Amino acid sequence: MEFWKLFARNRSAVMGMVILVSILLMAISAPLFFPADPFSLVGQSMSPPGQNGFLLGSDSLGRDVAAGIAHGAKTSLLIGLLATLVAVFVGVIMGALAGYYGGLVDNLLMRTTEMFQTIPSFLFAILLVAIMKPSINSIVIAIAVVSWPAVARLVRGEFLSLRNREFVQACHTLGMGDIRIMLGEILPNCLSPIIVIGSLMVASAILIESGLAFLGLGDPNIMSWGFQIGAGRTLLRSAWWVCTFPGIAILLTVLAINLVGEGLNDALNPRLREHS
Amino acid sequence: MTRLLEIKDLHVGLPAGGQRKFAVEATNLHLDANEILCVVGESGSGKSLTARAIMGLLPKPHVHIAKGQVNFLGEDLAAASEARLRKIRGSEISMIFQEPMTALNPVMTIGNQIDEVFRFHKKMPGTERRSRALELLHDVQLPEPEQALAAYPHQLSGGQRQRAMIAMALALDPKILIADEPTTALDVTTQAQVLRLIKQMQKTHGTGVVFITHDFGVVADIADRVAVMQNGLVVETGTTDEVLRKPTHPYTQALMAAVPSLLPRAARPRSDKTVLRVNGLTKTYSGGGGLFGGKARVVHAAKEVTFDLTRGETLGIVGESGSGKSTVARCIVRLNDAEAGEILLGDADLRPLGRAAMRPHRAQIQMVFQDPFASLNPRSKVGRIIAQGPELYGASRSEARDRALELLRIVGLDDRAYDRFPHEFSGGQRQRIGIARALALEPKILVADEPVSALDVSIQAQILNLLEEIRDRMNLSMIFITHDLRVAAQVCDRIAVMQRGEVVEIGPTAELFANPQHPYTAELLAAVPGKGWFSAENKSLPQTS
Amino acid sequence: MESSKRRTRYVLKRLLQAIPIVLAIIVLNFFLLQMAEGDAVDVLAGEAGSATPEYMAELREKFGLDQPLIIQLGVYLKNVVSLDLGYSFRHDMPVSQLVIDRFMPTLLLMTSTILLAVGFGIVLGLIAASGLNTWRDTVISIFALITYATPLFWVGLMLIVVFSLKLGWFPTSGMENFSMFYHGWERVVDIAQHLVLPTITLSLFYLALYTRLMRASMLEQAGQDYVVTARAKGLTERRIVFVHVLRNALLPVVTMAGVQVGALIGGSVIVESVFAWPGLGMLAFEALFARDLNLLLGIFLLSALLVVAVNLVVDIIYSTLDPRIEMA
Repeated sequence: MEFWKLFARNRSAVMGMVILVSILLMAISAPLFFPADPFSLVGQSMSPPGQNGFLLGSDSLGRDVAAGIAHGAKTSLLIGLLATLVAVFVGVIMGALAGYYGGLVDNLLMRTTEMFQTIPSFLFAILLVAIMKPSINSIVIAIAVVSWPAVARLVRGEFLSLRNREFVQACHTLGMGDIRIMLGEILPNCLSPIIVIGSLMVASAILIESGLAFLGLGDPNIMSWGFQIGAGRTLLRSAWWVCTFPGIAILLTVLAINLVGEGLNDALNPRLREHS
Repeated sequence: MTRLLEIKDLHVGLPAGGQRKFAVEATNLHLDANEILCVVGESGSGKSLTARAIMGLLPKPHVHIAKGQVNFLGEDLAAASEARLRKIRGSEISMIFQEPMTALNPVMTIGNQIDEVFRFHKKMPGTERRSRALELLHDVQLPEPEQALAAYPHQLSGGQRQRAMIAMALALDPKILIADEPTTALDVTTQAQVLRLIKQMQKTHGTGVVFITHDFGVVADIADRVAVMQNGLVVETGTTDEVLRKPTHPYTQALMAAVPSLLPRAARPRSDKTVLRVNGLTKTYSGGGGLFGGKARVVHAAKEVTFDLTRGETLGIVGESGSGKSTVARCIVRLNDAEAGEILLGDADLRPLGRAAMRPHRAQIQMVFQDPFASLNPRSKVGRIIAQGPELYGASRSEARDRALELLRIVGLDDRAYDRFPHEFSGGQRQRIGIARALALEPKILVADEPVSALDVSIQAQILNLLEEIRDRMNLSMIFITHDLRVAAQVCDRIAVMQRGEVVEIGPTAELFANPQHPYTAELLAAVPGKGWFSAENKSLPQTS
Repeated sequence: MESSKRRTRYVLKRLLQAIPIVLAIIVLNFFLLQMAEGDAVDVLAGEAGSATPEYMAELREKFGLDQPLIIQLGVYLKNVVSLDLGYSFRHDMPVSQLVIDRFMPTLLLMTSTILLAVGFGIVLGLIAASGLNTWRDTVISIFALITYATPLFWVGLMLIVVFSLKLGWFPTSGMENFSMFYHGWERVVDIAQHLVLPTITLSLFYLALYTRLMRASMLEQAGQDYVVTARAKGLTERRIVFVHVLRNALLPVVTMAGVQVGALIGGSVIVESVFAWPGLGMLAFEALFARDLNLLLGIFLLSALLVVAVNLVVDIIYSTLDPRIEMA
């Protein structure tokens, strides 16, 4: 396929894809390699990496850092993906309606997104999770609530410019209905930017999730990278590895997704294609 | 007479892997002082790159001079250093561009942009620079030069911006002025003024001008000598008289034959069966206004527009940008809502109808759009674009498919087009697809909004012929919106001239051309470039030679 | 004269447009407060250990919590306008007092961060764009990519490990060393030393953002027609880049600087809690742990107002850079 050829031409995007797939495999195979609950105390506490059978060391309670990272991968990817799906779904609907109909709907949406741009979104997410009590659901909802306006703005802009395009007007002169024009004619033309913003949003959702978990707002029943770092920060002086390795895991994951997102952007954006 | 410029065997290389190796090939051109050389060609002919190559302004690093010389007063600019070229640019050779809005820096005043030219090439005190700039703006006939000096580009009109560009280009009295389609983005009356200005400035300063254009009318009005380019090659050069009167190369002959004549065609009998009557159509926009925007202005996009259209007739609506001609078209097909008046299709008044009530009438009035690239959904196959109309009105899938295939044949395309995407077609072919889509619902009336203005002149003629053929074959009535009086003369039975939302004059084409009643009509006719040249007698020449 | 009048009018217009946003944020705040389980009385009762239902009902009446929602909203609006943000029972202080006490450190941290991030972002973006596809561009782009993907709190912790614990160059936490009782210039130096690591941490992410934006913006502007015109005038590349392209390329960066202020405050919650910087973010972290929602909402409101104010300043700066804004 032409798309994959274009994507494969971008070496850093391919590298990102390789890292991302490895992390995905790690998340899937975590129960295989680390069958024990990652919260369980499995051995000597504060073991440096490579000692006492801990590949990446253990924390103050004797929990295995490597096991936490493997199990945390699932949490990060799951929350990132779910929050993005919700945000994109809501954002596309709102943006499409606002851009297509303009007027009152549009005005309302623009004021809302302006408000969302004004309120500190991470603080808002903290508030929402604190109010709803930390759980996977509340975290996903909170991240989606602070993320959808960006999608809505993008989709609105696309719809706004496409609805005045002559091919859409031609559909009007044929007497085609609004829903059919929106779904069948306009939406397929703005799928590329939606895919790109969606992929980049997974990365930022993972960052938000790790920040929330770091502050102690993670789901208490699920291991996550942010939680590991938050729990290890008091050991900074004596056990640097507890904080360091989960951080590298976040860095690699987010970096990989960003690289893939940029690769998608280059491959899907025909304007860039002509220049390269 | 001094030989200013001598281009020898110029090759402009394109990036490797493209369709063509050279954008410009083996080109020889020369320019003397005090003469205007027009380089004419269609899009992709290499005329603009030739102009840029002279100044060393090719888009680096992909496009470059591969071979050849650009001798400016004996100095080869193709081999000159960047520092030397900088000295020459703006002082010895300067350039003006097609789109003055984007060619001027939007966040810098006109005064500062002119001032830069002085500062970089001459040592001059500030007060003298300022008075020189004022003088220049006065010379290019900008009203209130003092204000123009302090103005930002967006505060001037299109014509004024181009005058400011010309002032900037002529600031240091260059020996050569390169003008790259400088009037293409302007209205016809403004174009006439700017052409007069360029000619006048060229005469008084003895400048040599290289004038790039696609329009033979402009060539006829301004050129001393002509070079015709096709696919990167100069196919013919000569004095304006020679080339326009006795073109020798078949391409030149074909191009000139494609230029529509200003002489209206013979009148056809008018049917007495009225299909559409537009009565007192009015649409306004409120510009500006708001809480802090000062007084709200009401602009009439269409004001009391009245005309009727009979069976088989083509009515032209002619005007410059902002005249409201497109608004009228869009109101008739109900893409815009008019506030007052009637749109009578048979007995039904379409104007007040809601979307659902309008739907049964939609099929009878269809539209052909201007931009062949924007008017087709890039994600839809051509077959679907054409067939979805009939399907919406209840045709079965196979019926719609048969209809679409038939229409493709009617507009002169292959059956294979059915399963292809729009980007696989050229501009002219896309416009054919757009016409097929409009015809799919078997309309009685076709509204064509500038259907050929985005096309090269040779393609233009084909599409105009197609429209006419279809009109006669299907007994259609047509409303033809255009800014081009030549095109209007060739396709319209009657013409309505619009200015600032109003129809100032309406009548049979021949009468209107021969004896315009309204001063604005007369002004429009007078502004058509090359009107002395491409009348019917001149046009018959290429065929006989 | 005319243009300065227009500018005043523009600023006034933006000021008026900010009012509904501020109102909306206050209303949002009110409903978040409602959404939270339990009200102030529950909290009070919880503090006291035990309370009879009668006593609680009496308290509710006293605070107006038995009124219909819309009236409570009215009271809340009135309170906010008169700068009454409620009471923090944990700190036993009015929320407004607490929030204002912690405002200055956050302002200091944010100002230094914005200066560092925007300033260096512009310079790095410029360097990367002018040396397109050279090693400079590659190094800067890789740096931007990596910092863009790094969680702030982790960077903070790693900087502490390296620069405080291992090298001992900077203090690990706090805003000043109270035990030394510094005065005057010495105190300024002390605070500046404490400021270095939090500022670097908070700037990194935004530095990456502005670098990428500036690079893209420079490249886009370099392809515009007016650049060809400038070249055709015989200007030097240096003048074209610094006078023509730069000013146009700065416009989206300035806009983005305004948009990102909100995100910056979110980031300061994390950075302040990592470095125990005694600002609003640290206060929010404390409030979070103490489940002091009243205080959290007060911080939320004040920081939103701060963003509105900064955006206004950015708009004014923008209007001096882009003459076309007068038309809008």
